[in-house]
Amino acid sequence: MEAIAFYVFGILITALFLVTVFSKNVLYAMSALAAGMVLISGLYFVLGADFLGAVQLVVYSGAIMALYAFGMMFFDATRDIKEKNQAPLAVFLLSGLSALILVVIFAAPQIGHNVRALLATPKGMDNPHAIGAVLFTKYLIPFEVAAVMLLVAMIAGIVLASKKMEVSLSESDDYLVEEHEMKEQK
Amino acid sequence: MDGYIIGTIIKAVLILLILSALAGFGTYLERKVLAFMQRRLGPYHVGPYGLLQILADGIKLFTKEDFIPAGANRIIFMIAPAITAATAFIALAAVPLLPEFTIFGIKVRPIVSDLNIGLLFVIAMMGVGLYGPLLAGMAQENKWGLLGSARTAVQFLSYEVVTGLSILAPIMMVGSLSLIDFNNYQAGGISHWIIWKQPLAFILFLISGYAETNRTPFDLLEHEAEIISGYATEYSGLRWGMFFIGEYTNMITIGFLASLIFLGGFNPLGFIPGGIAIILKVSFFFFLMLWIRAAWPHIRPDQLMWLCWKVLMPLAVLNILITGIVMMV
Repeated sequence: MEAIAFYVFGILITALFLVTVFSKNVLYAMSALAAGMVLISGLYFVLGADFLGAVQLVVYSGAIMALYAFGMMFFDATRDIKEKNQAPLAVFLLSGLSALILVVIFAAPQIGHNVRALLATPKGMDNPHAIGAVLFTKYLIPFEVAAVMLLVAMIAGIVLASKKMEVSLSESDDYLVEEHEMKEQK
Repeated sequence: MDGYIIGTIIKAVLILLILSALAGFGTYLERKVLAFMQRRLGPYHVGPYGLLQILADGIKLFTKEDFIPAGANRIIFMIAPAITAATAFIALAAVPLLPEFTIFGIKVRPIVSDLNIGLLFVIAMMGVGLYGPLLAGMAQENKWGLLGSARTAVQFLSYEVVTGLSILAPIMMVGSLSLIDFNNYQAGGISHWIIWKQPLAFILFLISGYAETNRTPFDLLEHEAEIISGYATEYSGLRWGMFFIGEYTNMITIGFLASLIFLGGFNPLGFIPGGIAIILKVSFFFFLMLWIRAAWPHIRPDQLMWLCWKVLMPLAVLNILITGIVMMV
């Protein structure tokens, strides 16, 4: 049962991400990416990591929604995009790298027999509790470091976007914004 | 094992059928309630009290030509309504609808899948549901549709933070993400309802729930007066109907979530048995949505973003902080 689910999800995810890479239409590419991310959560559910599966859904559906917003701004979603390859060296290096990764992926099960979890999942807890217990004991420092990194990213985002924050763009006409800029220059 | 699978399939089919029918009945209720509030009559020509209007609308929806505009991205255009409808029903799969009951000697739990992360799953699935309007708007070659999907993105990025943070405080109190645990936590009667301890979280959840189902103060996606019909501009017939079923199912899901998390769920209420109690609660939330639609004007997308990020999110964070301090002390 699990094997069937795994292979179905695996094949679908691979196919969808291939569409993402090879499609010339923004809408196809992004939709395939979103669908692939949703299906990855299926893999988590198969593995019994319910909490991570749901988090995958929440996080990536929001993240790709933002990607769609950019796509909407830059491309006409109903037309194909003409792609031009201007850096053959990058293509060469990247394809070499992906070949290497493929080899590693297929070799990993061969040498991975003696991999064991450093901290086995606590017994007698359901998935969210177990994650919480591990996150706030064994992995507290990486967790806090990640939190600080996110905070830094958030502050950087605010700094980048903070110009003219006190003027609402939709309420004011353009000349008001210009006036504001004039004041700032003085 | 076989019995389990068959039982699950029966439950899924029943929920699908009942809720699709309820969506039709919901449109009738919505028109009647709105008419009552605006001193009109609403539908009354077809059948007694206009009840057969549902049937007439159904026939119209099923037989209308399914039109796909020439410049549209056909595949995405066809998939988009299915996403809305499907995710709405998938979300409902983790919601316990009624208390356990026995029928023909078999004990039935009216929940399709009792996940231990039920609440998170429902919220996530309803979030994914907004991909329907988003893709629909982008796939049709129509400026109004594009505006509709741009507004979908704005709406999604606004409300989701508030939904998550507002229910975090009740989750901290109950200590579980399973909706059945929420229900059992409030088993002691009205005084045990979480709404008394978390009134702010309740209001925040309701507001973001309205944004989630794009009900009126926040129905930016298809604001008729501004962008024709937004994402649904080019849709007709059954595909448009699927958007509609998805929206109404989401409304009912939000009603169930609000009653399960804050209003005691399906615990018996005095002399009223639990099953009827929760149906009454959900009906009240459904009515509240229609009431608010009749009473409030639309707001602009930037106002929604302002409201969610500058007002509701700080309030929600404060609420979590206070809850945490109270629980620690």
